[in-house]
Amino acid sequence: MTTHILPVKTYLMVFASLLVLLAATVAVNYLPLGQFNVAIALMIAVCKTFLVMLFFMHVRYSGRLIWIYVGIGFFWLGIMLALTLSDVLTRGG
Amino acid sequence: MDDSLSMVAHQFDDAAQQHDSSMLGMWVFLATEIMFFGGLFMGYTVYRTLHPAAFEAASRHLDVVLGACNTGVLLTSSLTMALAVRSAQLGERWRTVAFLIVTMLLGVGFLGIKGSEYYQKYVDHLVPGPAFSFPGSQSREIEMFFYLYFAMTGLHAIHMIAGIGVVAVMTILAGRGRFTAAYYTPLEVAGLYWHFVDIVWIFLFPLLYLVGHRT
Repeated sequence: MTTHILPVKTYLMVFASLLVLLAATVAVNYLPLGQFNVAIALMIAVCKTFLVMLFFMHVRYSGRLIWIYVGIGFFWLGIMLALTLSDVLTRGG
Repeated sequence: MDDSLSMVAHQFDDAAQQHDSSMLGMWVFLATEIMFFGGLFMGYTVYRTLHPAAFEAASRHLDVVLGACNTGVLLTSSLTMALAVRSAQLGERWRTVAFLIVTMLLGVGFLGIKGSEYYQKYVDHLVPGPAFSFPGSQSREIEMFFYLYFAMTGLHAIHMIAGIGVVAVMTILAGRGRFTAAYYTPLEVAGLYWHFVDIVWIFLFPLLYLVGHRT
């Protein structure tokens, strides 16, 4: 077992980054950016997800097998979104 | 190492393999959870694509301050959960218990804020069903937004309740001294679940509360 005991400072820095990203996503919501609002909000959410998964969930310190299984869940979600939207977005009138 | 060896079930070579199997099993479960929530996210994406203006109008009726506060509460609970696992790794029994209790309290706080929001929606006739009313021509599309809002946050709240139950069990186990620096796998697996539920909210917050910009 490869136990990685991270220093408290690492957890606090990740936490601080998450709070900054939260403040950023709320602040961006008050700017009139049209379609970019949702794009930026989702990009921030993805960044927060990476921080939580890599450090709080220790994925960064886990083996390749774990990485594959983490990726598979999102890969299947991507298949569902892509195939469904390829239908919905291309329907005529 | 005698303590940890005695914890190894007979089908595993050693404690490390047993630990890795538990973690992998949990990630397989979380992959199914991604798909479980994924169906709702899919439905949300389709209806938002079809009715963007209605979703913007409906989203403005959600309280962005309460939503942001709840995001902060959940992020803090993830921090305390991670610190609880860290304390267990160091064999600090009572610090583990303390962090787990704080995690549970934050989880209950989240549900409290969520409950007050639900009540406000009830008062404002924004709960889908016979009592739903919204002025204007897009009331049906706006009702669909609130249907998705309650389905997605409701499913998330059920996961929170389950998570609080799991953390309660872990608190009892930790208090009884069932975890050591060499064996704390159940707590680590429970932590994965807690963080996953946090991640679901990380996406629910912008998708439900931050549709279209506010002034």
